[in-house]
Amino acid sequence: MWPVLEVANLQVTFGDSVAAVRGASLTVNRGETHCLVGESGCGKSVTALAVMNLPARGTERRADVPRFHDTDLRRLSERGMARLRGNKVAMVFQEPMTSLNPAYTIGSQMAEVLQRHRRASRVQALDRAAELLGRVGITAPDIRLKQYPHQLSGGLRQRVMIAMALMCEPELLIADEPTTALDVTVQTQILRLLQTLQRELGLALLLITYDLGIVARMAQHVSVMYAGEVVESAPVEELFAAPTHPYTRGLLACIPVPGGLAARCTARQHSRRGAAHRAQLRRLCVPRPLRTRDAGVRRTNRLPLCRRGQGEGFGAARCTLLVLSPTTRETGPPLSLPIAARLAMC
Amino acid sequence: MTAAVEVRDVCRAFHTRSGMMASEHVVRAVDGVSFNLQPGAVLGVVGESGCGKSTLARLILGLLPASSGDLLVDGRRLASLDRRERAQLIQPVFQNPYSSLNPRQRVRDMVGLLLAAQNDIPVSKRLDRVMEMLVRVGLSAEMAERFPKQLSGGQRQRVAIARALVLRPRIVVCDELTSALDVSVQAQSLNLLAELWRELGLTYVFISHNLAVVEHIATEVAVMYLSRFVEQAPVDALFWDPRHPDTQALLASVLTPEPDQGVPDGGLGDTYPDPADIPPGCRFHPRCPVVFDRCRTDAPDGIVRDGRLTECLRS
Repeated sequence: MWPVLEVANLQVTFGDSVAAVRGASLTVNRGETHCLVGESGCGKSVTALAVMNLPARGTERRADVPRFHDTDLRRLSERGMARLRGNKVAMVFQEPMTSLNPAYTIGSQMAEVLQRHRRASRVQALDRAAELLGRVGITAPDIRLKQYPHQLSGGLRQRVMIAMALMCEPELLIADEPTTALDVTVQTQILRLLQTLQRELGLALLLITYDLGIVARMAQHVSVMYAGEVVESAPVEELFAAPTHPYTRGLLACIPVPGGLAARCTARQHSRRGAAHRAQLRRLCVPRPLRTRDAGVRRTNRLPLCRRGQGEGFGAARCTLLVLSPTTRETGPPLSLPIAARLAMC
Repeated sequence: MTAAVEVRDVCRAFHTRSGMMASEHVVRAVDGVSFNLQPGAVLGVVGESGCGKSTLARLILGLLPASSGDLLVDGRRLASLDRRERAQLIQPVFQNPYSSLNPRQRVRDMVGLLLAAQNDIPVSKRLDRVMEMLVRVGLSAEMAERFPKQLSGGQRQRVAIARALVLRPRIVVCDELTSALDVSVQAQSLNLLAELWRELGLTYVFISHNLAVVEHIATEVAVMYLSRFVEQAPVDALFWDPRHPDTQALLASVLTPEPDQGVPDGGLGDTYPDPADIPPGCRFHPRCPVVFDRCRTDAPDGIVRDGRLTECLRS
């Protein structure tokens, strides 16, 4: 075990009203994939941005030990952070449509990374860019390098983003839903590429996703986030075999698998976990990013009636979320879950 | 019974030039697609991006003329209908409700515009029909006065669906309805569509690259590869017994929650299809894991086995 990234008790607040992340802790080891799962709005992406020191305006960030190797990220100047970003730590953002600069060609945007951090010549940088575009499955990379982002489809842009993140062979890659916009066939190809890089370079990967299929196949360690808190954190086999937290159990009960495959799937007990779980899930409300002033009453606020209990620390589930008693009528909208998960419930 | 949508050997080619003096490329985006869709059926069309799904949707909607072939909607040739008649028969729901709604129009005006465009509906009745439709898709009456920016993603998608249905069309074409949306909004939209389908007896052409979504909503599924339907079958048959190697590869690429399995190899290699350069013989042969000699020369067009279209010489 060789921790590349360590974050403890990360708190992110927007202004003084919304607490987006409330005490999240995670460790990513060398050569390991750590998956952060949870529904949208639970603070996954904000966690990643806070680690990269890229918070939006009016954001306050506190953490006990945000550490990359031995560097304390709190002590790092903006310049020092800029030297790290794109070089040792790279990030693949969620929206490929908005994260490329429309005024520059793909080639110059990709080459810039290597020119800046490695003092490579433009020719060398473009060669490396072409090589990486080939590896992420883009045909005719030399033509693509001369094109502008608007000339590429969403899937291609996302692959360009991934290739760009890999330009400097980073030690830590933070990927925020890297394959959500892609076809299943391209998705498997990119996930395999990431795994190859992990074997070759010992890349540490923090993968943010809501797709438990990806989690199962990629992760060594999984953290489940809910309403700004990491509610369960466990090695992947453990999490899938014996989920502790009711929310995790609910997620697993509703895994989207096409029926023909589900029947052949050896872990199908999860997807068949049954009507009881689905009924429980339907009674839960959508958690909103909590207002800080509600902190004292947040649990009762979020879940109108719950028997509360709290596990201790890591490995155990922090059970701030318990199932409603069956007699309670749900008033809020149903819990948002991955699409087919919701479908399974209905 | 007349088919709701009948497509006979439809082709659509685009002519592109990379420079002024460069030679012309012909991109065959849809190349000989035929199918029949009975009223009340839901046809899911799946395939990789760039395989021609969206072009097919635009052809069925009459937004693009076909290069050749016939398109019949409700037994009438699409080309012979004028825009008003077409709008009463077939309507689209577009991908992204953040960009397909006019930010400067109120919801009631946007939905009412379709009624206004049909000259025979009196002004007095328009608002009633708009309100009725908004309630039908689960929006409250006060939403009618709002602008799109005042609505959440789910509400916007409901407005888009209300707009598609306000003329009471028989057929709705949904092009990647769910892919731009947040997962929870996806579920809401799909459930709403399924409910409306049951209650109003609609026919859907549902285009998506998400197999789980298609399996949920479709009654029949067509797999498109490089501008053609390579396999078409009822939904259960296709998911339980995929016959075409492309369908098999698509299903093999779905990640089931099995931690010890690793990421599967779809077996399609690293080459990507180019619609400007369709290979001779079977168009799938450069990527096919079970290719044999005849595949390189003989095109398996229109092979039907056990009542299912399976364009594969091995089937």
